[in-house]
Amino acid sequence: MSGASNHKARRLAAALGWASLGLGAAQLAAPRVLGRLGGFEDSAVSRATVRLVGMRELLHAAALLGSRRPASMVWTRVAGDAMDLALLGRALARRAGARRRRVVVVSTAVAGMTAADLYAAMRVEKGGTITPVAPTTGLRASITVNRPRQEVYRFWRDFENLPRFMIHLDSVETGPGGHSRWRARGPARKPVEWEAEIVQDREDELIAWRSLEGATVRNRGSVRFMDAPGGRGTEVRVRIDYDAPVGRLGLAFARLLGEHPDQQVRDDLRRFKQVMETGEVTRSEGSPEGTRAIRQLFQHVAQPMR
Amino acid sequence: MKAICWMGRDKVEVQEVPEPRILNARDAVVRVTSTAICGSDLHLYDGYIPTMKKGDVLGHEFMGEVVEVGPGVSNLRVGDRVVVPFPIACGGCLSCQSGMYSVCENSNPNAGLAEKLMGHAPAGIFGYSHMLGGYPGGQAQYARVPFADVGPIKIENGLPDEKVLFLSDILPTGWMGAEMCDIKPGDVIAIWGAGPVGQFAAVSAFLLGAERVVVIDRFPYRLEIAARTGADTLNYEETDVLDALRDMTAGRGPDACIDAVGMEAHYPVPAMHAYDRAKQATRMETDRPYVLREAIMACRNGGIVSVIGVYGGFVDKFPVGSFMNRSLTMRTGQCHVQRYLKPLLERIRAGDIDPAFVISHRVRLEDAPHAYEMFKHKENECNKVVLQPW
Repeated sequence: MSGASNHKARRLAAALGWASLGLGAAQLAAPRVLGRLGGFEDSAVSRATVRLVGMRELLHAAALLGSRRPASMVWTRVAGDAMDLALLGRALARRAGARRRRVVVVSTAVAGMTAADLYAAMRVEKGGTITPVAPTTGLRASITVNRPRQEVYRFWRDFENLPRFMIHLDSVETGPGGHSRWRARGPARKPVEWEAEIVQDREDELIAWRSLEGATVRNRGSVRFMDAPGGRGTEVRVRIDYDAPVGRLGLAFARLLGEHPDQQVRDDLRRFKQVMETGEVTRSEGSPEGTRAIRQLFQHVAQPMR
Repeated sequence: MKAICWMGRDKVEVQEVPEPRILNARDAVVRVTSTAICGSDLHLYDGYIPTMKKGDVLGHEFMGEVVEVGPGVSNLRVGDRVVVPFPIACGGCLSCQSGMYSVCENSNPNAGLAEKLMGHAPAGIFGYSHMLGGYPGGQAQYARVPFADVGPIKIENGLPDEKVLFLSDILPTGWMGAEMCDIKPGDVIAIWGAGPVGQFAAVSAFLLGAERVVVIDRFPYRLEIAARTGADTLNYEETDVLDALRDMTAGRGPDACIDAVGMEAHYPVPAMHAYDRAKQATRMETDRPYVLREAIMACRNGGIVSVIGVYGGFVDKFPVGSFMNRSLTMRTGQCHVQRYLKPLLERIRAGDIDPAFVISHRVRLEDAPHAYEMFKHKENECNKVVLQPW
C-alpha cells in the first residue's frame, strides 16, 4: 500500500474509533435518552441492553484508538454492526407507528455506519496492512558482544557450545561433514530431536544451518558476525525460521507465559553475551537458571537457596 | 542464618533463612561483620520500588570476611576482609570496561524486566528488587557476592569497620555527586538533602575545591551535621530556597545543584505536596520530583544538575523549559562504586575523610525492624544506622 493511502486508512480507522468512544460514552451515561431516540420502550431491560452495547462500543474505541495498527481493528466494529442490525431487526418486527419509524431511521443510520466500517475494513484488507498467516515463524534478535569477532565466531561454530546458552537445548553432537544431532525440550517439555547440516560457513562472518529430512520441526537458522563500530566488539545477528509446532494458538499461549520464541532467542543471546564476556551464565537466587523470560514472571524469592 | 526480609510495605522481619552457597564460579561468600540501612532502603520499605517479593533479603551496604571462594576467584582468599560495592558488575562488558559499573550489561539476569520499564537495563544490585537482579542483600549474617574478583576491595586490619563500611555505597555516591559537578575555583554548590549522602557530597565538594557549599533540608539535627563539614545550611520549612540561593550568589544561582533526595521528597507547601502525593498513591506518577524541579529552577544559567537521589519511574511537571532554555546539563547515575574504591580508601587512610561521622545508631541485626521505623520517621535524631549481625 502506498504511504498516502495507508495514512488515509489509519485516519479513517481513528475517526471510527472516536465515533465509538462518543457513542459508547453517551450510551453508558444516558441510556434512557438514547433508547427513546431509537424507539425502544423505557424498560430496565432496554436500558441494560443500551448500556451493554455502549460498553462494547468502548471496547471498539479502545481497540481502534489504543492500537499501533488501528486499521486492522476495524473488523471488530463490523462485527458490532452486525450485532446491532440484528437487535434492530428484532425491534422493527415488534414496533408500529411513530416508534417503528424511529427504529427505521436508526437502522438506516446503523446500516450507513456498517457500510463505512466495511469500506474501511476492506480497504485495509486489500492494502495488506494485515499480515497474512505465515507458514513458518521467523525469529530475529541481535546483541553486541565485547569480544573479538574471530573468538565469537569460533565459539558459535562449535555447535556443542550452543546448549551452554540456549536454554531449551539439551545437547548438540557434531559429526563429520557439518552434520549435527540436536536434542531439545519442546513445548510442555516434550523432547524433540533432529539432524541438521551446515549450509553456509564463512569464517568470522556467517554460519547458516538447516534441519535435515525427517525433523519433527523443520527449521533453519543463521548467525552473522560483524565488527561493531569503534572497537565496541562484535554485533551478532541471529535469524531462525521454523514451523510453529502447535500453531498460532499455542504461540499465543506461549506468549502469555512469557515463553514467546522471540523472547527465547533474545534471552539466548543475552546468555551468549554473558558466557562470552564473563565465562558463564549469570545466576541470582531470584533467577537461579539465569536469564529466562518465564522466570521473570515467577521469580524465586531473593533468599539463599537450600 | 539470620536475615532481614522485606515482608511488604512498612514491614521487615528478622527471619531464619538458608546460608548462601556458591552459584557461579566467580562467587565468594562473605561473613558479614557490618551492614547498614540506606536511605534508598526506605523506598523499598515504603513500597515504591516495583518487583519486590515477600521474603526478599534486604541490604546493599555491607562488608565482612571471605569464608568461601568459587574456582573462578583468584584474587581473594578465605579470611580476607572486604568491603562489597552495591552494584554487581562483571568487569568484562563494555560498560564495566569504561568504568560505568552500575550499568554492567551482564550482572542482571532479569534485564528483560528492567528493559520494559527503562528501555535498557542497569546492573544487578544486592537486595534491591527483582527488576535489579533478584539478589539477596547483605543485611544478613552471610552474603553471596557474584563477580567477587571484580567488586570487593580488600581492607587491611588496621582500619575499623566503621571507617570503611560506607565505601560500599554512600561515600562514593556522595563523592560522585560532587565529581559530576565539574567543580572549578569559586564554585558554589547547592545540595538538597542533608542525609548521609548529602553530608558526604558536601565533604566531597569541599575536597574537590568548592568555594561554598549550601545544604538544604528540614531536619535541624541533620543540617547541624552537614554544617560541621563547613557547609552553609538552609531549612526549607523556614526559608524560601530559591530566594535564599539567589541572594547567597548575588543573583547568579549555584554553579551546580546536587539532588541527594530522590523520589520521596517533601515539599513545604501542603497543597503541592498533596497533589504529588495523591498522584503517587494512585500510581499516576511514581516519583515526587520537588527537588529535581527546584534544583533546575535554582541552578545558574549553563550550570550542572547532578542527580544521585534514587528515582524509580516517571515524574510530572518536569520544568523542561527552564532546563533547555538555560543551557543546563544533567548528570546522573547509580554510583559506579568500583571506580572510587581505591582513591577513596586512600583518602580515608590519609585522614582526609572519616566517614564514621554520619553514624547515629549502632544496633544488632535483630533490631533492624525497629531501626527501619526509627530511620523512616527520623526519630531519636536518626541519621545512619549500622547493623551488627554477630
